[in-house]
Amino acid sequence: MSTLTLKGNERPTIGEFFLRAPAVGPALALLVAIVVFSLSTDTFLDLDNLSLVVQQSLVVGTLALGQTLIILTAGIDLANAAAMVLATLIMAKLVVGGVSGIWALLLGIVATVVIGMVTGSLVTRIKLPPFIVTLGLLTVLTAAAKLFASGQAVPVADSLLKWLGTRRYLFGGIPITYGMTLALLMYLALWYALTRTPWGKHVYAVGNAPESARLSGIKVNRTILSVYIVAGVIVGIAAWQALGRVPNADPNAFQLGNLDSITAVVLGGASLFGGRGSVLGTMMGALVVAVLRSGLTQLGVDALYQDVATGALLIGAVCVDRFARRQQS
Amino acid sequence: MRQRSLVALTLAAVLTATTAGCTVERHWGGGSNAGGGGKAKVGLVTKTDTNPYFVELRAAAKAAAEANGAEFNALAGQFDGDNDGQVRAIENLMQQGANTILITPSSSTGVLDAIDRARKAGVLVIALDTATEPDTAVDATFATDNFEAGRQQGAYVKAVLAGKPPKLFMVDGTAGSTVDTQRHTGFLKGIGLTDASPEIKGKTPANGDQSLAQQGVENLLQRTTDINAVYTMNEPMGRGTYAALQARGLVNQIVMGSIDGGCEGVKNVRDGQYAATVMQFPKKMAEQGVLAAVEYAKTGKKPSGFVNTGSAVITDKPIPGVESQDTKWGLENCWGTK
Repeated sequence: MSTLTLKGNERPTIGEFFLRAPAVGPALALLVAIVVFSLSTDTFLDLDNLSLVVQQSLVVGTLALGQTLIILTAGIDLANAAAMVLATLIMAKLVVGGVSGIWALLLGIVATVVIGMVTGSLVTRIKLPPFIVTLGLLTVLTAAAKLFASGQAVPVADSLLKWLGTRRYLFGGIPITYGMTLALLMYLALWYALTRTPWGKHVYAVGNAPESARLSGIKVNRTILSVYIVAGVIVGIAAWQALGRVPNADPNAFQLGNLDSITAVVLGGASLFGGRGSVLGTMMGALVVAVLRSGLTQLGVDALYQDVATGALLIGAVCVDRFARRQQS
Repeated sequence: MRQRSLVALTLAAVLTATTAGCTVERHWGGGSNAGGGGKAKVGLVTKTDTNPYFVELRAAAKAAAEANGAEFNALAGQFDGDNDGQVRAIENLMQQGANTILITPSSSTGVLDAIDRARKAGVLVIALDTATEPDTAVDATFATDNFEAGRQQGAYVKAVLAGKPPKLFMVDGTAGSTVDTQRHTGFLKGIGLTDASPEIKGKTPANGDQSLAQQGVENLLQRTTDINAVYTMNEPMGRGTYAALQARGLVNQIVMGSIDGGCEGVKNVRDGQYAATVMQFPKKMAEQGVLAAVEYAKTGKKPSGFVNTGSAVITDKPIPGVESQDTKWGLENCWGTK
């Protein structure tokens, strides 16, 4: 997962261990949280509830997948949720206008890919910092969504657009939605692409040390642009996931989606400085937040205290990152 | 090795502390089915849990639940428009075995699917404050008739103008929201105008926000200061509007009305910032909702239809022909910090 290599038979220190396997920390936190909530409530360790927790983390989990790619290149996407909301509105409005579900879905995804291409081009061609580009886009896309929908929510009746949330089957007694299946497939595909293909190695290299990457013959700009385009596809699919969860495209929805996705990625052990992180870690990060919310709710903990807990966990995760880096140096 | 176990221990400690540090209060026994046992388990889902209006609604529902021996748990979205958060709240309440869910929907259509699932599972669902579209998506709605509240404001402003033709600014809420539309059209009906009337000298949407209202009205005043009436959709926007009017020295020539009934709003009326506000009663919505839940748990009887919890004009300048209460009464019945 990381570019770190160990010499000879040297035993890794704890810091190196976390650097080599960034998903271990969040996996541990997830495990502890599940054990604590299973022991302290009667309702947490219930197959329906576990399925629910996963369903509740799907939209942020999918957004976080695209965010992982961008953060790996030392970028950040503040506009992913706004692009997703715009895509849900495009899909919903097209269906209301008589377009078939499949075309609405594809055109919605095309829109997010175009947004990804614009972002990627501004970052690679004009060398604007991703933070600034996506901050600007956040405002533009939020306003565009409100203008496009005249400020109103659009209910979605199309069965294809709702399909990811409504279709479900049982797997070993656990209710699994098609949305969960799709998310799992996406995580697997991206895990494979990042760890087993040259493209994945390029993404890590570009994030770690762009200049060395360039000198070793990697087309840095092309790699970064490809990352924003793939992230655009993922954001489009997140819009489909969102309509599966709440079949109502609302221009005011997901105002915190961008921050939630960054939280999941950072909790998953990725470094905001790029070059380090994994899709497995991000999956754990998204699940940790959902598990914490669900468990604390069942314990009757006030939602504001839940925010405190999530924030504290985030700071803790960054501390572990720092600790690991210091050990390495 | 020592360091490794240290990290694991720290993680475990953080998690345990976050769970044990807060009130570890089990709200439900868990595992019980909805509707059974005669004990009401009431879940409340508000739009946010920081707005004073919803804080009052929650406090009133909690008190009513305690007084009637019902179990109570309150959840909320993170911001106005957080449909996903509200769906999550409904699912979690169902998971915990709630037999009644009281909800102030963030959007009138956003959570219909989840409500439908809850009702199919035998949960009584009552909309508080904001109606769903269609209103038959829930068992019953306990709310202010916002059209009527707007109409009362319009009628009062018209009465104060005493036959003078209105020259009106309208400070609206969030474009397209149901409550905004109902209050807006109600006001126009009350004052006797339509959206196309030339008496309307300017309109600005301000999303319910004080500073946006101030900016919006400042901009409108660049166009004309020849006005004598202002509609504001809620009290924070009323305060923003007042600031803009005061800066131009216009407050004395203008009759301004607002809607909400927050304690700060009533004080604004008392201090003469605006002529009147129309009070709504979140406490009544919450109490009636909890009572319906208790009744449902006992007898299985569900309420139905739209139940208007009423609204009242609050002013210290009563006008014959328009029913109103003074600000003293208003401060006794307002919501928020008294």
